[in-house]
Amino acid sequence: MVKEKQIEDILPENTLKTRVPQEQVPRVVKPAPSRYRNEIAKYIVHRSLDCERCGKCIEVCEFGVHVRKPGFKYFSEPNHHLCIGPNCEKTGHYCVAHCPKGALQIRENPMYKVLGDFRWPADLILATWKMAETGDVPPEAYDYDYEGGNSGGGFDRLRFKFPKQPPVKLREDQIDTSILLNKRGDGRPEIRIDVPWYGGGMSFGSVSNVTQLSKARAAVAFNTFTCTGEGGYMERMRPYDDHVITQVATGLFGVREETIQRVPIVEFKYAQGAKPGLGGHLLGDKNTPAVARMREAVLGISLFSPFPFHSVYSIEDHAKHIDWIKHVNRRALIATKVSTPTDVDMVAVGSYSAGTHIVHIDGGYGGTGAAPDIAKKNIAMPIEYAIGKVHNFLAAEGVRDKVTLIASGGIRTAHDIAKAIALGADGAVIGTSELVALGCVRCSRCESGRGCPRGIATTDPELSAKMDVEWGTQRIINLYSAWQKILVGILQRLGLRSVSELRGRTDLMMHLDYTNDVPAKT
Amino acid sequence: MPEKYHIKTQPIPPRRPRIGKHGVVDWREDCARCHNCVKKACVYDRYRQEDEYLRKLSDVDSLFFDCMGCFSCVQDCTKNILRLTINPEYERLGNRYWKPDIIKTTWLQAETAKIPVSGAGYRGPFSGQGFDSMWTDMSEIVRPTRDGIHGREYISTSVDIGRKLPFLALNGSQSAAALPPLVSIPMPLIIDLSSPAHTLPKLDPLIEQTAADTGVIAIMDSRYRPAKDGHLENIAFFLSPDSPPVPDELLRKTRLVEIADSPAVVERIKAIKKIHPKIVVAIRVELTTAGIGRAIELAGLPEVEVIHIVADANGNELTTQKPRFLKDMTRQIHTALVEKGIRDEVTLMAGGGIALPEHVAKAIICGADLVTINLPLLVALECHLCDSCRPGTPCPARLEKIDFNYGVGRMTNLIAAWHDQLIEVMGAMGMREVRRLRGDVGRAMFFENLEEETFGKLYGKRKTD
Repeated sequence: MVKEKQIEDILPENTLKTRVPQEQVPRVVKPAPSRYRNEIAKYIVHRSLDCERCGKCIEVCEFGVHVRKPGFKYFSEPNHHLCIGPNCEKTGHYCVAHCPKGALQIRENPMYKVLGDFRWPADLILATWKMAETGDVPPEAYDYDYEGGNSGGGFDRLRFKFPKQPPVKLREDQIDTSILLNKRGDGRPEIRIDVPWYGGGMSFGSVSNVTQLSKARAAVAFNTFTCTGEGGYMERMRPYDDHVITQVATGLFGVREETIQRVPIVEFKYAQGAKPGLGGHLLGDKNTPAVARMREAVLGISLFSPFPFHSVYSIEDHAKHIDWIKHVNRRALIATKVSTPTDVDMVAVGSYSAGTHIVHIDGGYGGTGAAPDIAKKNIAMPIEYAIGKVHNFLAAEGVRDKVTLIASGGIRTAHDIAKAIALGADGAVIGTSELVALGCVRCSRCESGRGCPRGIATTDPELSAKMDVEWGTQRIINLYSAWQKILVGILQRLGLRSVSELRGRTDLMMHLDYTNDVPAKT
Repeated sequence: MPEKYHIKTQPIPPRRPRIGKHGVVDWREDCARCHNCVKKACVYDRYRQEDEYLRKLSDVDSLFFDCMGCFSCVQDCTKNILRLTINPEYERLGNRYWKPDIIKTTWLQAETAKIPVSGAGYRGPFSGQGFDSMWTDMSEIVRPTRDGIHGREYISTSVDIGRKLPFLALNGSQSAAALPPLVSIPMPLIIDLSSPAHTLPKLDPLIEQTAADTGVIAIMDSRYRPAKDGHLENIAFFLSPDSPPVPDELLRKTRLVEIADSPAVVERIKAIKKIHPKIVVAIRVELTTAGIGRAIELAGLPEVEVIHIVADANGNELTTQKPRFLKDMTRQIHTALVEKGIRDEVTLMAGGGIALPEHVAKAIICGADLVTINLPLLVALECHLCDSCRPGTPCPARLEKIDFNYGVGRMTNLIAAWHDQLIEVMGAMGMREVRRLRGDVGRAMFFENLEEETFGKLYGKRKTD
């Protein structure tokens, strides 16, 4: 990160005057259990009236499913969510088999199929919750499939080809997961982030300030970034200035000279993967007094960000924008967020030549606070196709090592990040996963009325109060921590010393729908 | 400034109880009667009417299924007695092609006339069959739009139906030959004949009014007589070989007529043109295994103006075990006509399997000038597509009891919502004219091409399913 001394050298005087002391957040994993009373279980344990309360089940179960409180005659409701299901039979600790009266039954929870969708199946949601709770990889016994989803294409059909023995034996601490964000060598700070991802732009308005702050604090802990989204910069975010990206999007909501000057990275958002070519839209209900004040808008009206930037018709215009920001903030790196049209490769190269440090491509299946359903599914290509296209084109133009390529839009897991990097990205931007860590069930109701019923993507004061910043921060830190472990595990098995060695290594993967008989290029 | 195409809409609530996706099952015997019951905290206030609802139960087939599936009450209930479930009635809606989600979104649009908007990202499969195996393109920085920057209100969705001259031969300042008649409609959509399985004679006057209100054209049986003569402009009679002829004076007031394909099709066109020279004649070509060849053959005839290709209700080729899909068949016909250099001379209407607004844009990208629909309008009237429209079988949507204003309003709302969504995707593509979208596959990306370019090169051949 940029050291204070350097900042003093380059920050404008007025920014230095208003700069607040930067807060540190320790990168410590602590348990952060669900904030809901009842966990959603994969299996249900049913105890029939034949039970003689012998307590054998408590004895054999390794997971603490069966509970009888001291002094009680009857059992409490089992901890269904701790049960690993019929697979337990192999362990020899299967309560159903041990029950002398045959009074126990274990079956799949019918409610399980209600949770999740093709892209985020129930297994993935529960595994993400587990990681956010414990900070570790979900225990193998639970057999969660947390590599990806069931969408039947893209990341969900790509697999790493792990050798039986890694070609190089490496200890976990020898593996580097950091990436460099400024590769231009233009004298601007060479910012390095400790993990190959940073948090996506979610505006205050689309999510609550607790959510935004939790994301920012987790970014501090992992020496990475979070992005303001297009909705202004909350004063409460200022202690984390060094880990915040100010987004400049077409509506220019909350974009002021000082919000540009405070941060190390400024992101131009040209389009969003979930609604490319349509602009942004905050429905009137979510334009609460606080939001209206920050966006300098009228309370209660729907706020639109147009598409496109009406001042950008060409790469030259884009360059003009970048020059403007670079002039306003002399230490800032520039990120350019674009979606994935057919000519995304041209856009990326053009953006590089305009002076951007980070090209951020956002695929069609990415998250959103509100988007027309027709746009989510149909416009622009999924990120899996765009990464290789851009990576190869940048390489062919000889500028691949001068720009950082960041992929987003449907990256849900540490495996997805690794696959995106193997396809050619340097790193990833994540968004939905952080929200799932905070308890999102993907009910798709972020946009209407009071907003998210789970208190995450809402500005309603009562709903936002369902979560506090400490807990939110810890959940995201835990998720990041588990992901880092998974990522290190992948690199270790592949015998790679750093995540940047994985970039573009498509030869280390296979596709389940293909014959996989193309000889590797040497 | 010319008058803008605008469809007047108003919210039309459903007649029947809503069939939602989720429902909460409540094991009441374990209830602790907490004072801070989670039901009171429901963000959507879904429980408020519960008691009254259970007391009335006026419709026994309607359970309490208006839940949004957020799991909040389920996860917070003190006694853990609430469970979320998928409504089995919801899962029974439609069929393999017309999935419950399609029915639900159509109902919503028919009710509100609004573009469905939701939060969180896309939830569905990576790609799929038919129209789900392509994506539309968008424009960004290097080509902000194809037609220049413009507001949504400047995007034209009107199309011309009829034969166009390949070139103009001028005699002085006048055209040497008379220009063939053209019919313009403000949206690339025609209401097709109801499928025989879903024919409900009572619906025809509603369709007539809807066509008049939205400015599109409805294809009607030749026996149908519109309520108002003024509506004849929005009606195209369908003349099959065995249907009774339409009186000449009625035919003269229409702009478009459709005839069934037959060996004597040219004579038929000539006979109709004799009665009404300014009428445009469309030929209905069923997409059987011979359909594509026949459509291409017909397009080569100088008398043929419009070809209406029709697949089955699910967009599949007829009379074959391994059917091709409408999108691919349309592309094949379009490409063949382009290669022959006659594409601009005929109008191609494509029908069958158009279930969602994106299908309109995608079918046009694949080469159709406009699309024809019938089932979506039926679904707008709360039809479940249960496929049991037989005399004596009760209709779950009670379509026989439909009110005129309700029916017209719902169908109009749906068309308006589709129109708005067509404009959204065109806006993203940077297109100002739907006429220019026709056959512009450069504005789309196809699954098989993207797969080959991305993974085919790296991982060999794609395994066939």
